[in-house]
Amino acid sequence: MAAVTLLEARDLTRHFGGLKAVNGVDFELAEGEIHALIGPNGAGKTTFVSLLCGRIPVQSGTIRFDGADITRLPAHKRVRRGIAYTFQITQVFANLSVFDNVALAVQRRGGRLDVDTRAALDRVGLADRAGQIAGTLSYGHQRVLEIAMGLALDPRLLILDEPTQGLANAEIDIFKTLVRQVVPDTTVLLIEHNMDVVMDLAQRITVLNFGEVLATGTPGDIRANPAVQAAYLGG
Amino acid sequence: MTLSTRIWALHLAVLAALLAGSVLLPAYHQTNVAKVMVLATYAMGYNIAFGYTGLLSLGHALFFGAGLYGAGLLVQHAGLPAGPALLAGILAGGAMAAAVGLLALRTQGVAFMIVTLMFAQAGYLTILYNTAWTRGEEGIVIAREARMLFGHDLSADLPRYLAAFALFAAGLVVKLWLVRSPTGRVMIALRENEERSRMLGYDPYARKLAALVISGLYAGAAGAAYGLLFGYVGASLASTQYSILPLLWVLLGGAGTVLGPLVGALSMFYLIDYSSAFTTASLLVVGVALVLLVLFAPRGILGTIRERWLKWLP
Repeated sequence: MAAVTLLEARDLTRHFGGLKAVNGVDFELAEGEIHALIGPNGAGKTTFVSLLCGRIPVQSGTIRFDGADITRLPAHKRVRRGIAYTFQITQVFANLSVFDNVALAVQRRGGRLDVDTRAALDRVGLADRAGQIAGTLSYGHQRVLEIAMGLALDPRLLILDEPTQGLANAEIDIFKTLVRQVVPDTTVLLIEHNMDVVMDLAQRITVLNFGEVLATGTPGDIRANPAVQAAYLGG
Repeated sequence: MTLSTRIWALHLAVLAALLAGSVLLPAYHQTNVAKVMVLATYAMGYNIAFGYTGLLSLGHALFFGAGLYGAGLLVQHAGLPAGPALLAGILAGGAMAAAVGLLALRTQGVAFMIVTLMFAQAGYLTILYNTAWTRGEEGIVIAREARMLFGHDLSADLPRYLAAFALFAAGLVVKLWLVRSPTGRVMIALRENEERSRMLGYDPYARKLAALVISGLYAGAAGAAYGLLFGYVGASLASTQYSILPLLWVLLGGAGTVLGPLVGALSMFYLIDYSSAFTTASLLVVGVALVLLVLFAPRGILGTIRERWLKWLP
Protein backbone atom coordinates (compact mmCIF):
# COMPACT_ATOMS: atom_id res chain seq x y z
CA MET A 1 0.00 0.00 0.00
CA ALA A 2 1.53 3.28 -1.07
CA ALA A 3 -0.71 5.34 1.17
CA VAL A 4 0.55 7.82 3.76
CA THR A 5 1.35 6.40 7.17
CA LEU A 6 -0.93 7.91 9.80
CA LEU A 7 0.36 6.07 12.83
CA GLU A 8 3.59 4.26 13.39
CA ALA A 9 4.68 2.31 16.46
CA ARG A 10 8.26 1.15 16.84
CA ASP A 11 9.43 -1.50 19.29
CA LEU A 12 6.51 -0.75 21.58
CA THR A 13 6.78 -2.52 24.92
CA ARG A 14 4.69 -2.81 28.06
CA HIS A 15 5.24 -5.49 30.66
CA PHE A 16 3.13 -6.05 33.75
CA GLY A 17 5.53 -7.71 36.16
CA GLY A 18 6.58 -10.89 34.38
CA LEU A 19 3.75 -10.69 31.87
CA LYS A 20 4.93 -9.40 28.52
CA ALA A 21 1.58 -7.91 27.49
CA VAL A 22 3.12 -5.99 24.60
CA ASN A 23 6.65 -6.91 23.64
CA GLY A 24 8.56 -5.04 20.94
CA VAL A 25 5.67 -4.44 18.58
CA ASP A 26 6.26 -2.65 15.26
CA PHE A 27 3.05 -1.46 13.70
CA GLU A 28 1.88 0.86 10.95
CA LEU A 29 -1.49 2.26 10.04
CA ALA A 30 -2.03 3.65 6.56
CA GLU A 31 -4.25 6.71 6.31
CA GLY A 32 -7.81 5.81 5.36
CA GLU A 33 -7.60 2.08 5.86
CA ILE A 34 -9.65 -0.27 7.99
CA HIS A 35 -7.14 -2.28 9.93
CA ALA A 36 -8.16 -5.17 12.18
CA LEU A 37 -6.20 -6.35 15.19
CA ILE A 38 -6.86 -9.95 16.07
CA GLY A 39 -5.37 -12.56 18.32
CA PRO A 40 -6.33 -15.01 21.07
CA ASN A 41 -7.59 -13.80 24.42
CA GLY A 42 -4.74 -12.29 26.40
CA ALA A 43 -2.66 -11.64 23.29
CA GLY A 44 -2.24 -8.01 24.33
CA LYS A 45 -4.64 -6.36 21.90
CA THR A 46 -6.35 -4.04 24.38
CA THR A 47 -3.05 -3.22 26.08
CA PHE A 48 -1.56 -2.39 22.69
CA VAL A 49 -4.30 0.03 21.67
CA SER A 50 -4.26 1.47 25.19
CA LEU A 51 -0.62 2.36 24.58
CA LEU A 52 -1.58 3.96 21.28
CA CYS A 53 -4.30 6.12 22.80
CA GLY A 54 -2.40 6.87 25.99
CA ARG A 55 -4.52 5.15 28.59
CA ILE A 56 -1.47 3.12 29.64
CA PRO A 57 2.02 4.66 29.65
CA VAL A 58 4.61 3.19 27.30
CA GLN A 59 7.65 1.49 28.86
CA SER A 60 9.82 1.67 25.77
CA GLY A 61 9.47 2.27 22.09
CA THR A 62 7.95 5.18 20.20
CA ILE A 63 4.62 6.13 18.70
CA ARG A 64 4.34 8.64 15.91
CA PHE A 65 1.00 10.01 14.83
CA ASP A 66 0.63 12.21 11.78
CA GLY A 67 4.36 12.80 11.74
CA ALA A 68 4.72 13.84 15.39
CA ASP A 69 6.08 11.85 18.31
CA ILE A 70 3.20 11.29 20.73
CA THR A 71 4.85 8.63 22.91
CA ARG A 72 4.72 10.76 26.07
CA LEU A 73 1.61 12.76 25.28
CA PRO A 74 -1.21 12.35 27.84
CA ALA A 75 -4.36 10.62 26.61
CA HIS A 76 -6.58 13.71 26.44
CA LYS A 77 -4.07 15.50 24.23
CA ARG A 78 -3.93 12.53 21.88
CA VAL A 79 -7.71 12.69 21.61
CA ARG A 80 -7.34 16.35 20.66
CA ARG A 81 -4.93 15.36 17.91
CA GLY A 82 -7.57 13.07 16.51
CA ILE A 83 -7.24 9.67 18.16
CA ALA A 84 -10.61 8.48 19.44
CA TYR A 85 -11.03 5.31 21.46
CA THR A 86 -14.25 3.44 22.14
CA PHE A 87 -14.22 1.17 25.12
CA GLN A 88 -14.40 -2.60 25.10
CA ILE A 89 -16.70 -2.55 28.10
CA THR A 90 -19.38 0.00 27.35
CA GLN A 91 -18.59 3.21 29.16
CA VAL A 92 -21.33 5.60 28.21
CA PHE A 93 -22.39 8.15 30.84
CA ALA A 94 -25.21 6.01 32.17
CA ASN A 95 -26.96 8.77 34.13
CA LEU A 96 -26.87 11.36 31.37
CA SER A 97 -29.18 11.61 28.40
CA VAL A 98 -28.19 10.17 25.04
CA PHE A 99 -27.99 13.73 23.76
CA ASP A 100 -25.60 14.82 26.52
CA ASN A 101 -23.36 11.82 25.91
CA VAL A 102 -22.79 12.82 22.30
CA ALA A 103 -22.87 16.55 23.04
CA LEU A 104 -19.84 16.05 25.30
CA ALA A 105 -17.91 14.82 22.30
CA VAL A 106 -19.25 17.53 19.97
CA GLN A 107 -18.57 20.45 22.31
CA ARG A 108 -14.99 19.30 22.90
CA ARG A 109 -14.08 19.72 19.27
CA GLY A 110 -15.98 23.01 19.13
CA GLY A 111 -18.82 21.75 16.96
CA ARG A 112 -22.29 23.27 16.76
CA LEU A 113 -23.80 21.71 19.82
CA ASP A 114 -27.36 21.09 18.75
CA VAL A 115 -26.94 20.56 15.01
CA ASP A 116 -23.88 18.33 15.13
CA THR A 117 -25.15 16.29 18.05
CA ARG A 118 -28.43 15.59 16.29
CA ALA A 119 -26.54 14.74 13.11
CA ALA A 120 -24.27 12.31 14.94
CA LEU A 121 -27.29 10.63 16.53
CA ASP A 122 -29.05 10.51 13.19
CA ARG A 123 -26.08 8.79 11.64
CA VAL A 124 -26.31 5.84 14.05
CA GLY A 125 -30.10 5.78 14.23
CA LEU A 126 -30.45 7.02 17.81
CA ALA A 127 -32.01 10.39 16.99
CA ASP A 128 -35.43 9.46 18.33
CA ARG A 129 -33.86 8.45 21.65
CA ALA A 130 -31.95 11.70 22.26
CA GLY A 131 -33.82 12.48 25.46
CA GLN A 132 -33.55 9.02 26.95
CA ILE A 133 -31.18 8.32 29.85
CA ALA A 134 -28.28 6.38 28.35
CA GLY A 135 -28.25 3.72 31.07
CA THR A 136 -31.79 2.70 30.15
CA LEU A 137 -30.86 1.92 26.53
CA SER A 138 -30.59 -1.70 25.45
CA TYR A 139 -27.08 -3.12 25.44
CA GLY A 140 -26.89 -2.96 21.66
CA HIS A 141 -27.95 0.67 21.63
CA GLN A 142 -25.36 1.50 24.29
CA ARG A 143 -22.67 -0.03 22.07
CA VAL A 144 -23.93 2.06 19.19
CA LEU A 145 -23.96 5.17 21.39
CA GLU A 146 -20.37 4.45 22.38
CA ILE A 147 -19.44 4.40 18.69
CA ALA A 148 -21.47 7.55 18.06
CA MET A 149 -19.45 9.34 20.76
CA GLY A 150 -16.24 8.28 19.06
CA LEU A 151 -17.50 9.44 15.67
CA ALA A 152 -18.79 12.72 17.06
CA LEU A 153 -15.21 13.62 17.95
CA ASP A 154 -14.63 13.69 14.19
CA PRO A 155 -11.38 11.77 14.70
CA ARG A 156 -8.62 11.02 12.22
CA LEU A 157 -8.16 7.64 13.82
CA LEU A 158 -10.98 5.70 15.41
CA ILE A 159 -9.95 2.80 17.61
CA LEU A 160 -12.81 0.39 18.20
CA ASP A 161 -12.27 -2.20 20.93
CA GLU A 162 -14.50 -5.18 20.20
CA PRO A 163 -17.36 -3.04 18.95
CA THR A 164 -19.65 -5.88 17.86
CA GLN A 165 -19.39 -7.85 21.10
CA GLY A 166 -22.91 -8.72 22.18
CA LEU A 167 -24.59 -7.20 19.13
CA ALA A 168 -27.31 -8.99 17.20
CA ASN A 169 -26.70 -9.80 13.53
CA ALA A 170 -28.90 -6.97 12.30
CA GLU A 171 -26.99 -4.52 14.52
CA ILE A 172 -23.69 -5.87 13.21
CA ASP A 173 -24.82 -5.09 9.66
CA ILE A 174 -25.64 -1.52 10.68
CA PHE A 175 -22.25 -1.29 12.33
CA LYS A 176 -20.45 -2.49 9.22
CA THR A 177 -22.25 0.05 7.06
CA LEU A 178 -21.30 2.76 9.55
CA VAL A 179 -17.61 1.87 9.49
CA ARG A 180 -17.53 1.78 5.71
CA GLN A 181 -19.04 5.25 5.64
CA VAL A 182 -16.37 6.85 7.83
CA VAL A 183 -13.37 5.72 5.77
CA PRO A 184 -11.31 7.09 4.15
CA ASP A 185 -11.76 10.39 6.04
CA THR A 186 -11.26 8.49 9.25
CA THR A 187 -8.82 5.62 9.63
CA VAL A 188 -10.23 2.71 11.60
CA LEU A 189 -8.35 0.34 13.88
CA LEU A 190 -10.58 -2.46 14.98
CA ILE A 191 -10.07 -5.09 17.66
CA GLU A 192 -12.51 -7.80 16.79
CA HIS A 193 -13.21 -11.43 17.59
CA ASN A 194 -15.94 -11.92 15.04
CA MET A 195 -14.01 -13.27 12.03
CA ASP A 196 -16.86 -12.58 9.61
CA VAL A 197 -16.73 -8.90 10.51
CA VAL A 198 -12.93 -8.84 10.28
CA MET A 199 -12.75 -10.56 6.90
CA ASP A 200 -15.59 -8.48 5.59
CA LEU A 201 -14.36 -5.04 6.70
CA ALA A 202 -10.61 -5.06 7.08
CA GLN A 203 -8.20 -4.21 4.30
CA ARG A 204 -5.30 -5.28 6.44
CA ILE A 205 -5.04 -7.46 9.51
CA THR A 206 -2.42 -7.65 12.22
CA VAL A 207 -2.30 -10.77 14.38
CA LEU A 208 -0.96 -10.46 17.90
CA ASN A 209 0.07 -13.45 19.99
CA PHE A 210 1.77 -13.34 23.42
CA GLY A 211 2.34 -9.63 23.00
CA GLU A 212 4.15 -9.93 19.68
CA VAL A 213 3.16 -9.47 16.05
CA LEU A 214 2.63 -12.85 14.49
CA ALA A 215 1.69 -11.63 11.03
CA THR A 216 0.43 -8.61 9.11
CA GLY A 217 -1.26 -8.72 5.76
CA THR A 218 -4.44 -8.74 3.72
CA PRO A 219 -7.31 -10.98 4.84
CA GLY A 220 -6.20 -13.46 2.17
CA ASP A 221 -2.61 -13.52 3.46
CA ILE A 222 -3.74 -13.99 7.03
CA ARG A 223 -6.14 -16.78 6.16
CA ALA A 224 -3.36 -18.61 4.34
CA ASN A 225 -0.72 -18.08 7.04
CA PRO A 226 0.04 -21.40 8.76
CA ALA A 227 1.39 -19.76 11.93
CA VAL A 228 -1.81 -17.78 12.33
CA GLN A 229 -3.90 -20.85 11.74
CA ALA A 230 -2.00 -22.70 14.44
CA ALA A 231 -2.22 -19.89 16.96
CA TYR A 232 -5.66 -18.56 16.42
CA LEU A 233 -7.90 -19.73 13.67
CA GLY A 234 -7.60 -23.31 14.84
CA GLY A 235 -6.65 -24.66 11.39
CA MET B 1 -43.31 27.07 28.48
CA THR B 2 -39.91 25.78 27.34
CA LEU B 3 -37.73 23.84 29.70
CA SER B 4 -35.29 26.68 30.06
CA THR B 5 -38.05 29.17 30.90
CA ARG B 6 -39.51 26.79 33.44
CA ILE B 7 -36.15 26.30 35.15
CA TRP B 8 -35.40 30.01 35.35
CA ALA B 9 -38.95 30.75 36.48
CA LEU B 10 -38.63 28.32 39.38
CA HIS B 11 -35.29 29.68 40.56
CA LEU B 12 -36.32 33.30 40.19
CA ALA B 13 -39.48 32.51 42.14
CA VAL B 14 -37.38 31.14 44.97
CA LEU B 15 -35.29 34.30 44.90
CA ALA B 16 -38.43 36.44 44.89
CA ALA B 17 -39.72 34.56 47.94
CA LEU B 18 -36.45 35.15 49.76
CA LEU B 19 -36.54 38.83 48.82
CA ALA B 20 -40.10 39.06 50.13
CA GLY B 21 -38.71 37.70 53.40
CA SER B 22 -36.99 41.04 53.89
CA VAL B 23 -40.35 42.65 54.65
CA LEU B 24 -42.46 39.66 55.74
CA LEU B 25 -40.18 37.92 58.20
CA PRO B 26 -40.05 38.94 61.86
CA ALA B 27 -36.65 40.17 63.04
CA TYR B 28 -35.63 36.90 64.67
CA HIS B 29 -36.24 34.85 61.53
CA GLN B 30 -34.77 37.54 59.36
CA THR B 31 -31.45 37.14 61.14
CA ASN B 32 -31.73 33.37 60.85
CA VAL B 33 -32.55 33.36 57.16
CA ALA B 34 -29.79 35.88 56.47
CA LYS B 35 -27.37 33.48 58.12
CA VAL B 36 -28.86 30.55 56.20
CA MET B 37 -28.45 32.39 52.90
CA VAL B 38 -24.76 33.02 53.59
CA LEU B 39 -24.22 29.43 54.66
CA ALA B 40 -26.22 28.19 51.66
CA THR B 41 -23.88 30.18 49.41
CA TYR B 42 -21.04 28.28 51.02
CA ALA B 43 -22.94 25.03 50.45
CA MET B 44 -23.63 25.94 46.80
CA GLY B 45 -19.90 26.24 46.31
CA TYR B 46 -19.39 22.92 48.03
CA ASN B 47 -22.04 21.41 45.77
CA ILE B 48 -20.19 22.60 42.64
CA ALA B 49 -17.17 20.54 43.73
CA PHE B 50 -18.96 17.62 45.35
CA GLY B 51 -22.41 17.39 43.84
CA TYR B 52 -21.52 18.26 40.27
CA THR B 53 -17.87 17.37 39.82
CA GLY B 54 -17.73 14.48 42.28
CA LEU B 55 -14.93 15.89 44.44
CA LEU B 56 -15.61 14.81 48.01
CA SER B 57 -13.56 17.35 49.92
CA LEU B 58 -13.35 17.32 53.70
CA GLY B 59 -11.36 20.52 53.78
CA HIS B 60 -13.66 23.26 52.61
CA ALA B 61 -13.46 24.99 55.99
CA LEU B 62 -10.02 26.10 54.81
CA PHE B 63 -11.58 28.00 51.90
CA PHE B 64 -14.39 29.38 54.06
CA GLY B 65 -11.74 30.35 56.64
CA ALA B 66 -9.59 31.96 53.94
CA GLY B 67 -12.51 34.20 53.02
CA LEU B 68 -13.38 34.86 56.65
CA TYR B 69 -9.85 35.79 57.69
CA GLY B 70 -8.91 37.25 54.32
CA ALA B 71 -11.61 39.85 54.85
CA GLY B 72 -11.51 40.00 58.65
CA LEU B 73 -7.78 40.51 59.10
CA LEU B 74 -7.69 43.22 56.46
CA VAL B 75 -10.56 45.06 58.12
CA GLN B 76 -9.09 44.65 61.57
CA HIS B 77 -5.41 45.32 60.90
CA ALA B 78 -5.33 47.32 57.67
CA GLY B 79 -8.56 49.22 58.17
CA LEU B 80 -9.88 48.13 54.78
CA PRO B 81 -13.53 49.03 54.09
CA ALA B 82 -16.08 46.21 53.85
CA GLY B 83 -16.36 46.25 50.03
CA PRO B 84 -12.68 45.69 49.19
CA ALA B 85 -12.42 43.30 52.15
CA LEU B 86 -15.23 41.20 50.72
CA LEU B 87 -13.44 41.10 47.38
CA ALA B 88 -10.18 40.13 49.09
CA GLY B 89 -12.00 37.35 50.93
CA ILE B 90 -13.45 35.96 47.70
CA LEU B 91 -10.02 35.95 46.08
CA ALA B 92 -8.44 34.39 49.17
CA GLY B 93 -10.93 31.53 49.00
CA GLY B 94 -10.21 30.94 45.32
CA ALA B 95 -6.44 31.20 45.75
CA MET B 96 -6.49 28.79 48.67
CA ALA B 97 -8.56 26.32 46.67
CA ALA B 98 -6.11 26.61 43.77
CA ALA B 99 -3.12 25.98 46.03
CA VAL B 100 -4.73 23.00 47.76
CA GLY B 101 -6.17 21.67 44.51
CA LEU B 102 -2.83 21.68 42.70
CA LEU B 103 -1.57 19.15 45.22
CA ALA B 104 -4.69 17.37 46.45
CA LEU B 105 -6.05 16.68 42.96
CA ARG B 106 -3.12 14.40 42.35
CA THR B 107 -5.05 12.02 44.57
CA GLN B 108 -8.53 10.58 44.23
CA GLY B 109 -11.32 9.20 46.36
CA VAL B 110 -10.43 8.48 49.98
CA ALA B 111 -6.92 9.88 49.58
CA PHE B 112 -8.40 13.16 48.33
CA MET B 113 -10.67 13.29 51.38
CA ILE B 114 -7.72 12.76 53.72
CA VAL B 115 -5.42 15.23 51.97
CA THR B 116 -8.05 17.99 51.97
CA LEU B 117 -8.85 17.23 55.61
CA MET B 118 -5.19 17.57 56.55
CA PHE B 119 -4.78 20.84 54.69
CA ALA B 120 -7.82 22.24 56.46
CA GLN B 121 -6.50 21.06 59.82
CA ALA B 122 -3.17 22.73 59.07
CA GLY B 123 -5.03 25.92 58.24
CA TYR B 124 -7.03 25.75 61.46
CA LEU B 125 -3.88 25.25 63.53
CA THR B 126 -2.20 28.13 61.69
CA ILE B 127 -5.01 30.39 62.80
CA LEU B 128 -4.63 29.28 66.41
CA TYR B 129 -0.86 29.55 66.26
CA ASN B 130 -0.86 33.15 65.07
CA THR B 131 -2.79 34.43 68.05
CA ALA B 132 -1.21 37.86 67.82
CA TRP B 133 -3.03 38.46 64.55
CA THR B 134 -6.07 36.24 64.81
CA ARG B 135 -6.77 36.36 68.55
CA GLY B 136 -6.91 32.56 68.39
CA GLU B 137 -9.97 30.80 69.66
CA GLU B 138 -11.41 33.97 71.06
CA GLY B 139 -11.58 35.43 67.57
CA ILE B 140 -12.00 38.96 66.31
CA VAL B 141 -15.14 40.97 66.79
CA ILE B 142 -15.45 43.37 63.89
CA ALA B 143 -16.58 46.77 65.01
CA ARG B 144 -19.81 48.17 63.71
CA GLU B 145 -18.07 51.13 62.06
CA ALA B 146 -16.07 48.73 59.88
CA ARG B 147 -19.17 46.98 58.64
CA MET B 148 -20.47 49.62 56.27
CA LEU B 149 -21.14 48.67 52.65
CA PHE B 150 -22.13 51.44 50.20
CA GLY B 151 -23.25 53.52 53.15
CA HIS B 152 -25.42 50.78 54.66
CA ASP B 153 -24.87 49.41 58.12
CA LEU B 154 -24.45 45.65 57.76
CA SER B 155 -25.05 45.11 61.46
CA ALA B 156 -28.66 46.31 61.08
CA ASP B 157 -31.28 43.68 60.27
CA LEU B 158 -32.58 44.85 56.90
CA PRO B 159 -29.28 45.80 55.19
CA ARG B 160 -27.78 42.58 56.48
CA TYR B 161 -30.65 40.54 55.12
CA LEU B 162 -30.45 42.28 51.76
CA ALA B 163 -26.68 41.89 51.57
CA ALA B 164 -27.00 38.16 52.34
CA PHE B 165 -29.74 37.93 49.75
CA ALA B 166 -27.62 39.69 47.11
CA LEU B 167 -24.76 37.30 47.77
CA PHE B 168 -27.00 34.26 47.61
CA ALA B 169 -28.86 35.45 44.51
CA ALA B 170 -25.62 36.12 42.65
CA GLY B 171 -24.31 32.72 43.68
CA LEU B 172 -27.50 30.98 42.63
CA VAL B 173 -27.73 32.63 39.22
CA VAL B 174 -24.07 31.96 38.43
CA LYS B 175 -24.42 28.38 39.58
CA LEU B 176 -27.57 27.73 37.58
CA TRP B 177 -25.93 29.17 34.50
CA LEU B 178 -22.73 27.23 35.14
CA VAL B 179 -24.23 23.78 35.62
CA ARG B 180 -26.38 24.13 32.50
CA SER B 181 -23.45 25.37 30.39
CA PRO B 182 -21.06 23.16 28.39
CA THR B 183 -18.56 23.56 31.24
CA GLY B 184 -21.14 22.21 33.67
CA ARG B 185 -21.79 19.28 31.40
CA VAL B 186 -18.10 18.39 31.54
CA MET B 187 -18.09 18.69 35.34
CA ILE B 188 -20.98 16.24 35.53
CA ALA B 189 -19.24 13.95 33.04
CA LEU B 190 -16.17 13.88 35.30
CA ARG B 191 -18.35 12.95 38.25
CA GLU B 192 -20.02 10.19 36.28
CA ASN B 193 -16.98 8.68 34.56
CA GLU B 194 -13.59 10.31 34.64
CA GLU B 195 -11.89 7.84 32.31
CA ARG B 196 -14.58 8.28 29.67
CA SER B 197 -14.25 12.05 29.92
CA ARG B 198 -10.50 11.81 29.47
CA MET B 199 -11.01 9.74 26.33
CA LEU B 200 -13.27 12.44 24.95
CA GLY B 201 -10.29 14.78 25.19
CA TYR B 202 -10.94 16.54 28.48
CA ASP B 203 -8.09 17.05 30.93
CA PRO B 204 -9.57 15.79 34.22
CA TYR B 205 -6.92 17.49 36.36
CA ALA B 206 -7.41 20.92 34.83
CA ARG B 207 -11.19 20.64 34.85
CA LYS B 208 -11.35 19.48 38.45
CA LEU B 209 -8.96 22.22 39.48
CA ALA B 210 -11.19 24.80 37.79
CA ALA B 211 -14.26 23.41 39.57
CA LEU B 212 -12.46 23.46 42.90
CA VAL B 213 -11.36 27.06 42.40
CA ILE B 214 -14.93 28.12 41.60
CA SER B 215 -16.02 26.23 44.69
CA GLY B 216 -13.32 28.04 46.66
CA LEU B 217 -14.49 31.43 45.38
CA TYR B 218 -17.99 30.65 46.69
CA ALA B 219 -16.61 29.48 50.02
CA GLY B 220 -14.41 32.56 50.24
CA ALA B 221 -17.31 34.86 49.43
CA ALA B 222 -19.48 33.18 52.05
CA GLY B 223 -16.70 33.29 54.66
CA ALA B 224 -15.98 36.97 54.05
CA ALA B 225 -19.68 37.82 54.09
CA TYR B 226 -20.19 35.85 57.30
CA GLY B 227 -17.48 37.86 59.05
CA LEU B 228 -18.74 41.19 57.79
CA LEU B 229 -22.46 40.55 58.29
CA PHE B 230 -22.30 38.92 61.70
CA GLY B 231 -19.22 40.72 62.95
CA TYR B 232 -17.31 37.73 64.16
CA VAL B 233 -14.16 36.12 62.79
CA GLY B 234 -13.22 33.09 64.88
CA ALA B 235 -11.19 29.93 64.53
CA SER B 236 -14.20 27.72 65.27
CA LEU B 237 -15.60 28.80 61.88
CA ALA B 238 -12.54 27.27 60.20
CA SER B 239 -12.63 24.04 62.18
CA THR B 240 -13.38 20.58 60.81
CA GLN B 241 -17.02 21.04 61.72
CA TYR B 242 -17.28 23.69 59.02
CA SER B 243 -15.90 21.23 56.48
CA ILE B 244 -18.52 18.65 57.39
CA LEU B 245 -21.51 21.00 57.61
CA PRO B 246 -21.67 21.94 53.91
CA LEU B 247 -21.42 18.25 53.07
CA LEU B 248 -24.40 17.53 55.32
CA TRP B 249 -26.43 20.46 53.98
CA VAL B 250 -25.78 19.34 50.43
CA LEU B 251 -26.61 15.71 51.19
CA LEU B 252 -29.77 16.73 52.99
CA GLY B 253 -30.94 19.11 50.27
CA GLY B 254 -29.79 16.99 47.35
CA ALA B 255 -26.28 16.71 45.91
CA GLY B 256 -26.10 17.90 42.33
CA THR B 257 -29.21 20.05 42.53
CA VAL B 258 -29.01 23.83 42.27
CA LEU B 259 -31.45 24.57 45.10
CA GLY B 260 -30.44 21.62 47.26
CA PRO B 261 -27.89 23.54 49.35
CA LEU B 262 -30.50 26.16 50.30
CA VAL B 263 -33.07 23.53 51.16
CA GLY B 264 -30.50 21.57 53.15
CA ALA B 265 -29.06 24.52 55.05
CA LEU B 266 -32.51 25.93 55.80
CA SER B 267 -33.91 22.57 56.97
CA MET B 268 -31.00 21.79 59.22
CA PHE B 269 -30.84 25.25 60.69
CA TYR B 270 -34.49 25.15 61.70
CA LEU B 271 -34.30 21.52 62.75
CA ILE B 272 -31.67 22.52 65.30
CA ASP B 273 -33.49 25.74 66.14
CA TYR B 274 -36.83 24.07 66.89
CA SER B 275 -35.48 20.95 68.54
CA SER B 276 -33.29 22.95 70.88
CA ALA B 277 -36.48 24.54 72.22
CA PHE B 278 -37.43 21.28 73.89
CA THR B 279 -34.20 19.33 74.22
CA THR B 280 -30.53 20.05 74.79
CA ALA B 281 -29.75 17.05 72.56
CA SER B 282 -30.59 18.91 69.36
CA LEU B 283 -27.66 17.32 67.54
CA LEU B 284 -29.24 13.95 68.28
CA VAL B 285 -32.31 15.13 66.38
CA VAL B 286 -30.07 16.11 63.47
CA GLY B 287 -28.41 12.69 63.63
CA VAL B 288 -31.74 10.90 63.52
CA ALA B 289 -32.84 13.08 60.61
CA LEU B 290 -29.70 12.19 58.70
CA VAL B 291 -30.12 8.47 59.38
CA LEU B 292 -33.71 8.67 58.12
CA LEU B 293 -32.46 10.54 55.08
CA VAL B 294 -29.89 7.90 54.25
CA LEU B 295 -32.47 5.15 54.72
CA PHE B 296 -35.40 6.63 52.85
CA ALA B 297 -34.11 9.40 50.62
CA PRO B 298 -30.41 8.81 49.94
CA ARG B 299 -30.46 11.41 47.17
CA GLY B 300 -31.57 14.13 49.57
CA ILE B 301 -34.78 16.12 49.54
CA LEU B 302 -34.56 17.68 46.08
CA GLY B 303 -32.67 14.71 44.68
CA THR B 304 -35.61 12.50 45.60
CA ILE B 305 -38.12 14.98 44.22
CA ARG B 306 -36.16 15.08 40.99
CA GLU B 307 -35.99 11.30 40.82
CA ARG B 308 -39.69 10.77 41.42
CA TRP B 309 -41.42 13.79 39.95
CA LEU B 310 -39.48 16.71 38.55
CA LYS B 311 -37.00 15.10 36.17
CA TRP B 312 -36.12 18.46 34.65
CA LEU B 313 -34.78 19.94 37.89
CA PRO B 314 -31.18 21.06 37.34
